[in-house]
Amino acid sequence: MLFGQSHWHGEAIGYRLKHDNHQPFAIGGFIVGERKIRVLIAKPGLDGHDRGAKVVARALRDAGMEVIYTGLRQTPEMIAQAALQEDVDVVGLSILSGAHMTLVPRVMQLLKQYGLEDVVVFVGGIIPDEDVPALRQLGVKGIYGPGAALWDIIQAIRQEVESRG
Amino acid sequence: MQDQETMASLAQAKDEWERTTLRDTLAKWPERYEQFITTSGAPVERLYTPLDIADLDYERDLGFPGQYPFTRGVHPTMYRGRLWTMRMFAGFGSAEETNARYKYLLAHGETGLSVAFDFPTLYGYDTDHPLAEGEFGKCGVAVSSLADMEILFDGIPVDEITTSMTINGPAAVIWAMYIAAAEKRGIPMAKLGGTIQNDILKEYIAQKSWLLPPEPSMRLIVDTFEFGSKYLPKWNTISISGYHIREAGATAAQELAFTLADGIAYVQAAIDRGLDVDTFAPRLSFFFNAHNDFFEEIAKFRAARRIWARVMRERFKAKDPRSWWLRFHTQTAGCSLTAQQPENNIVRTTIQALAAVLGGTQSLHTNSMDEALALPSEVAVRIALRTQQIIAHESGVANSVDPLAGSYLVESWTNRLEREAYEYFDKIEALGGVIPAIEQGFFQREIAASAYRYQREIEEHRRIVVGVNEYQMDEPLSIPLLKLDPEGERRQRERLARVRRERDNRLLQQRLEALRRAAKGTENLMPYILDAVRAYGTLGEICDVLREVFGEYREPVII
Repeated sequence: MLFGQSHWHGEAIGYRLKHDNHQPFAIGGFIVGERKIRVLIAKPGLDGHDRGAKVVARALRDAGMEVIYTGLRQTPEMIAQAALQEDVDVVGLSILSGAHMTLVPRVMQLLKQYGLEDVVVFVGGIIPDEDVPALRQLGVKGIYGPGAALWDIIQAIRQEVESRG
Repeated sequence: MQDQETMASLAQAKDEWERTTLRDTLAKWPERYEQFITTSGAPVERLYTPLDIADLDYERDLGFPGQYPFTRGVHPTMYRGRLWTMRMFAGFGSAEETNARYKYLLAHGETGLSVAFDFPTLYGYDTDHPLAEGEFGKCGVAVSSLADMEILFDGIPVDEITTSMTINGPAAVIWAMYIAAAEKRGIPMAKLGGTIQNDILKEYIAQKSWLLPPEPSMRLIVDTFEFGSKYLPKWNTISISGYHIREAGATAAQELAFTLADGIAYVQAAIDRGLDVDTFAPRLSFFFNAHNDFFEEIAKFRAARRIWARVMRERFKAKDPRSWWLRFHTQTAGCSLTAQQPENNIVRTTIQALAAVLGGTQSLHTNSMDEALALPSEVAVRIALRTQQIIAHESGVANSVDPLAGSYLVESWTNRLEREAYEYFDKIEALGGVIPAIEQGFFQREIAASAYRYQREIEEHRRIVVGVNEYQMDEPLSIPLLKLDPEGERRQRERLARVRRERDNRLLQQRLEALRRAAKGTENLMPYILDAVRAYGTLGEICDVLREVFGEYREPVII
């Protein structure tokens, strides 16, 4: 199901839109405590394919989250620093180059080093099935490949952040 | 052009049809959608008639193949004379592995080579650069020095076969390596045929593998135009590319407009240098994407040829008819492939390849079914190549030139795309040209908006993607994926260390110094780069000199 009904904050936040209706997903609602969910979308490594990262960033923003996009060619150190400075709840890493098994463990390790164990980490890109268990083992909460629905990502982030209080 | 009386009578008849036959049908059977759209989101009419192309003048707008404005093709006989080049984009891991893949493809009937480089190479870094960690050979082959290039083309007749190289930021250096590797085998540069992509503007716009800021990048590109026109008459010194612009999410019209706007910027830069347009323009080539929407894509290719011919003749006053030709390579749309039910990608690729052929492409890459998951396996790439061969030899579509000409829909869309391209040209001009538009994030914003709209259409079910948002199946992946040789990276690093140890380092330092001095001046840099490459200077070392002199580019962050 691409769009269902959710009763979070009592609002319908996903619905199948009629033709020619270009409303954003569901404005408002994604708030933890007193503030909006803050998400860092990052492109580690040399890979320049940023279509997915930008589409996801826009969708999260339309869903009412605060989104910070790092731009390209970020090192794991730059990403962990940004997560710390921006005080984010979520880090979304977008990697299509195949370098995820080098880059993701580094990011996870640095987040821990900075005391950011509570930050929820998602990975998007071309991630072979066989690498999924290892990434989960590292604490990656969501892994989204080609064809993933934006709505699933939005919902997963909400649930994960809420469950962490 | 149709006469007014016939048109008026037709308009009346159409009106009548709408009020009677059509209305009755719609009352009983409503259409599937309220509004039909193309892959690009452009509205699609129910029916196209001569009314939609009332202003079309055959001789002015179509002409004959091989004649201005080349809408129907750049060659008079097109595929009746010679089929398009079947050129599969390939590269992964080490030079040894990729060389074996080239030989495999040639043995199966491929007719041209196309090199995919890995990210470190695309950015002008050697395999052992710290930023290259984890990236070796993942998205293409690693080439750090002439030694790698020699292995990459070992046993391949580079004087008989043409090679296309997808390299942009460090294109001049990689081209120099190709020239030097051939030279070591006794093949003079005048005999080499092929293409370097060398299209930095599209890198800033979409693909994002750049080295230097725009101005010095443009200088290097004009250097290659000038060098090529003197010494490599069979080489295409640029492939002005819409492919990556489309992959980043652009519509067909944006792909067309932005690519041709880039082309215009290169021509202007070379003319500003003082080059005569007819010395370099015949070696400019193009590269387009073939996406799913069959007729829209065909119309795009036809519009591209017509616009370019008009721009070159009317705006730039080129006199050689070859300067008016828009010759292009096509790749089927990687972004259209699905990780779900990968076998379906064979069908998508077939439709897209057919559009490229009906659009009159000179060269074609067909994607493999597994490319949303990994680099193509041998089986997958063979099926992709066979797809082209079946279209070429069994479908009959290559036996007549531009068979869709005169289709009310195709001609009307060719006109529409041409119009939309000119609208974009005006907007770009108003922003001060391509480079200022890049710096203001214009292209990036337009493309990001289209990418997002497309994804939303899928999520909202306005657009069906088979196996993704309809007809899903829950079953494990059933196709084999490529595995890289784990020894490749070690071999490559050892070779790099050996090159650095065994070469004449004093000679190399002199040549790098000469390059540095030339870069600070205004001379053509190609001869200096070639000399540094011949002395086994590595890609990273040579690019470092350029980075040091010119600085690096940082893009504006735009979502």
